[in-house]
Amino acid sequence: MASTPRTQAITGAEAVRRSLEGDRSDWRSMGFHGLLVTLLVLTLGVLAWLLSVVFVNGVPVLAERGVDFLTSPLAAQPDEAGVGQAIAGSLWLMVFVAVISFPLGIGAAVYLEEYARDSWFTRFVNTVVRNLAGVPSIVYGLLGLAIFVVALGDIVGPGSASGRSLIAGGLTMAILVLPIVIITSAEALRAVPGSIREAAFGVGATRWEVVRSHVLPYAAPGIFTGTILSMARAFGETAPLVLVGAVIGGFNVQYDNIVETLQGRYTALPTTVYDWARKPPSFEGNVYAAIVVLIVVLLLVNALAIYLRNRFERRW
Amino acid sequence: MTATPHTPRRLAVSDLQGSAARRRRELGVRLLFLGAASLSIVISLLIILSLAGEAWTFISQVDPALLFERGWFPRRDLYSLQTIVAGTLTVAGIGMLVAAPLGLGAAVYLSEYASPRVRRTVKPILEILAGIPSVVLGYFALRVISPTIVDQVCPGTTEGFNMAAAGIGVGILITPLIASVAEDAMYAVPRSLREASYGLGARKRTTSLRIVVPAAISGIVAALILGLSRGIGETMVVSIAAGATGGSLFSVNPCEPGQTMTAAMTALATGSDQVRGATLAFPSLFFVGLLLFAFTLVLNLVADRFVRRVRIRY
Repeated sequence: MASTPRTQAITGAEAVRRSLEGDRSDWRSMGFHGLLVTLLVLTLGVLAWLLSVVFVNGVPVLAERGVDFLTSPLAAQPDEAGVGQAIAGSLWLMVFVAVISFPLGIGAAVYLEEYARDSWFTRFVNTVVRNLAGVPSIVYGLLGLAIFVVALGDIVGPGSASGRSLIAGGLTMAILVLPIVIITSAEALRAVPGSIREAAFGVGATRWEVVRSHVLPYAAPGIFTGTILSMARAFGETAPLVLVGAVIGGFNVQYDNIVETLQGRYTALPTTVYDWARKPPSFEGNVYAAIVVLIVVLLLVNALAIYLRNRFERRW
Repeated sequence: MTATPHTPRRLAVSDLQGSAARRRRELGVRLLFLGAASLSIVISLLIILSLAGEAWTFISQVDPALLFERGWFPRRDLYSLQTIVAGTLTVAGIGMLVAAPLGLGAAVYLSEYASPRVRRTVKPILEILAGIPSVVLGYFALRVISPTIVDQVCPGTTEGFNMAAAGIGVGILITPLIASVAEDAMYAVPRSLREASYGLGARKRTTSLRIVVPAAISGIVAALILGLSRGIGETMVVSIAAGATGGSLFSVNPCEPGQTMTAAMTALATGSDQVRGATLAFPSLFFVGLLLFAFTLVLNLVADRFVRRVRIRY
């Protein structure tokens, strides 16, 4: 019979296992496994709890107010206040980040990875960049306050803004994300294999030609993902903006042109959440609704980054 | 024999250099990138200079006796540093109590136990948790964690403002950071170490705890230090959930409101223009900032050293 040796084999293996383990089960290993699973589930559960609280409280308010909530300016009454100015301000800050820190950050990464030799200067710059990435964001706020608001206030935000202008906030944000852009771009560049470079050098390309036509195109997906994620980080950042004067409270100003907008006062989405969070409980619905807007934007941006990474990820 | 009349000209370096315009462009691009890279040094210097300038104003004008008063009330010229340092350590300590077990547990599970599919699903979710803005966690700490969790332990806190809720919020915020750094370190431990351990008949639990964790200990310590540094520098959670926006008496009781260095700064700044009054409140902002910068810098440098040790070994 075909089945007989099979059954015997299983019972044989079972017998060996029993004789090795003894007759009892390994409770302590199971307990340890269970503990680890519990800790992971707790961590993920906190995220689920947070998202459910936010959406359960925020979505009804958003549904009731509709587009009105997304376009209304800040106001003293909860049912009139909206996030129109906050969204506009946040988008403007993103423009600063994209225009200033992306080229500078990618340029610095190209220098560190492609041009620099392993000298004391390179190692020093690398250390400085890593430490800048670990500086608490509020310290960048102090930097912006000292330099853009106080020292350069008359240029970046003359008149009633007294230095606390969109330019001051945008430049501060750009400096804040610069180290992150450098680190992620450098990682992406490092992942491009040397043979690609050597092939280009072999046909007589200069270093810049190698970088432009070979290294950067191959590193582009990684660089995009990194820059998008650093933008998401800037989008949710609050503390430095509180220091460099994102408006807390209400403001009704209509700016006529782009210069006035840039030199005028501003607010941002996370700052608005902070402001409303400190107001009486009647603002609770608004806070949750604004958080929903904030989180939905961040989730979309993250999803885009993950999609890009999976779509263009290359194995060498 | 007659020498051939045509003797080839000796090749000089300049023949191989290409056109001058091409070399000029090359140099220009190189300098441009060098400038971008040097900018980070300029930024560091600017941070130190801008902090040190006002901090010096503060330290040279403040009455040293006021630094050791029993409370932090800058509007009344009381600058007790021990109050805000104690508050900072209390909140960051609670944060670590929450984040260390959660983060390390998640890291051991993902690195040693999880199937590749679970890893692929869970890691992006942790990244999402890491991306939740701190204002959101601050509000969550104040409105949800404080009444549901903290209230069980210390009932009747003042309107939900307390350092325990802020600490738990900070802990949630740094959990993904600790998990990801520690997981990277454990995942980098070579397979052969695990196989040697299994070959001696060790269980999975023994292999994880006695082989992988000791081998990755530098990275795990680095993860904890980075988490602590992040917790000390965390601002918005504390500003929203810990209360005491006007100032605070010395307190390390987690059930009470308290003031951290970071929250003290936002509290001063949201008082907007009064900050620029005659008092030392405005310079005190920068002194506290310098202190915070120094704390986190030391922690980050130490963590960096630990991380590098892992890299050298494997």
